[in-house]
Amino acid sequence: MIIRVGKFKITSGEFTTIAALTILAAFMSLPLIFVVSHALKPIDELFLFPPRFIVRNPTLRNFQDLLIATYSLNVPFIRYIFNSVFVAFCTVLGGVLLASLGAYPLAKHNFPGRHAIFIVVIAALMFTPQVTAIPRYLVVYQLGIIDTYFALVLPNLAIPYALFLMKQFMEQIPAALIESAKIDGATEWTVFWRVVMPLVTPAWATLVIIIFVGTWNDIWAPLVFTRTESMRTLPIALQTLISQGSVARQGAYAAATFIMITPPVVLFTLVQRRVIATMAHSGIKA
Amino acid sequence: MAEVKSSGPGAEVTTQPRAVAEPKTGLQRLLAQYGVSYAFLLPYMIFFFAFLIIPVGVAIWLSFTYFNMLEAPRIIGWSNYRLLFLEDDIFVLSIRNTLFFALITGPVSLTASFLLAWFINQIRVRTIYALAFYAPSLTSAIAMAVVWRIVFSGDRYGYMNYFLMRMGFIQEPFLWLIDQRTMLPVIMFVMLWMSMGNNFLVFLAGLQTVNTELYEAGKVDGIAHPLQEMWYITLPSMKPQMLFGVINAVVLMFSAGFEISLSLAGLPSPLYAAHMILSHLYDYAFIRFEMGYAAAIAVILFIITFGIGQGALRLLSTKDE
Repeated sequence: MIIRVGKFKITSGEFTTIAALTILAAFMSLPLIFVVSHALKPIDELFLFPPRFIVRNPTLRNFQDLLIATYSLNVPFIRYIFNSVFVAFCTVLGGVLLASLGAYPLAKHNFPGRHAIFIVVIAALMFTPQVTAIPRYLVVYQLGIIDTYFALVLPNLAIPYALFLMKQFMEQIPAALIESAKIDGATEWTVFWRVVMPLVTPAWATLVIIIFVGTWNDIWAPLVFTRTESMRTLPIALQTLISQGSVARQGAYAAATFIMITPPVVLFTLVQRRVIATMAHSGIKA
Repeated sequence: MAEVKSSGPGAEVTTQPRAVAEPKTGLQRLLAQYGVSYAFLLPYMIFFFAFLIIPVGVAIWLSFTYFNMLEAPRIIGWSNYRLLFLEDDIFVLSIRNTLFFALITGPVSLTASFLLAWFINQIRVRTIYALAFYAPSLTSAIAMAVVWRIVFSGDRYGYMNYFLMRMGFIQEPFLWLIDQRTMLPVIMFVMLWMSMGNNFLVFLAGLQTVNTELYEAGKVDGIAHPLQEMWYITLPSMKPQMLFGVINAVVLMFSAGFEISLSLAGLPSPLYAAHMILSHLYDYAFIRFEMGYAAAIAVILFIITFGIGQGALRLLSTKDE
């Protein structure tokens, strides 16, 4: 059976699939819609019982409260935002750079130990990061960087997942391109920056989003590596707001949730197509 | 420019920089010839070893010691492990909770990710659906607690109670996040909601790389139904993506469960009903500072995840094809 909608023709099978997917997608989006709506609720709607799903009189009051008043958080909320943004920025920059540099020889050079290194990286994909939490803590402690930005960035720079994806993607680059650049007198360094990196834009766009989301949402590193309130990041501030759970903070809490959730979603929407292009090469042939 | 078409997925390895005059010792020759390659790898490797590989070794060693951060570690043999399995009921409970959680949500999440990707691949408008299924995985478990606490609130106005009471399934409001029978299932539900992440994208992308000639050949061989096609052609040709997916799922299931548990049930959770291996690890390492004991917990977690990963590697191996 063929259904016509204006110019479009679809089969009934396709129609059923679309209908089912739409219902499921809508259902799965409900919690996110709720977060947005909740953040815009004036105080009386926040405490309405039964809770109203969609806000009726939207206001930005909660954000104002969150950013201006500090409640019983010891530092202004904007400091948590700064910490989160700064740490995510540094981790993304360092993580993408290290993974790209390391992936290039693994993908395009032939040297002794190449295979062994790759095996170790694959094995490391299976490490739950928290397994190394204690020795990591000891390393960070010995380095004397507990409670600094270094502690939040340095331990998270070597990401097997990132190296793996980058290496898989770089293998697609034709050897001839690199060869011809070398014949023109380019050094490996120039080849890397001028030939390889521009060709793997989808891969590093993907790493940017993956590393950003991982760092932005990470609760473990700030929980373990920081002591003072001024070094904490957004998830910890949220956790604090939750555990205080009093009436006056509900609005601020809703606004903070919104701030926490929006950047990853927006960022992903921007690079979605590149991420899918990168993931096409993610299979492990072992 | 975005994409490079190449002849095949295998690495085309470029020849190395010119061999250098007069080979000296083995190491010098190695460095002269391949120094550039090693130099590129060096920064990653420094951090990789300092914060990942060496710590795994140290964790194994620490697990055989008593270490409280104040005195030097003291070797005590298998005592931590004995204590864990024979004396520490809460640890045994945490293993049970974690395995129950991971062995159900892991496979369900993988299957759902694959099926959703497969269905989306059948239709033409993909982007918006991909976004809708993927977006939850971008959210922070801690932040989403604001929603789940309202949905599963224990009073009659929590959405879940409200709905079930309206439909007549229950008479009294149910304490979803406090009752030990429902705490873990609620956490699993939340996990599933936010687990259609990178794996879903891996599958979605993988489906687009399946060789279309295989489908043609299948039609000739009498494969008629799309589901048959999926089972006999699509799934086998996606083994490499499956392997990557399984490995990611294992890591995700064993780490993300803790965060959801922390944000919804607290630490410790009522009657430890949502106590995860990681909750136990965190408790002993960073609240009680019994680092040796906590290291033993970490090692056991490591063995479990690594074991499952290795199993997947065997099962989904494509070496002999």
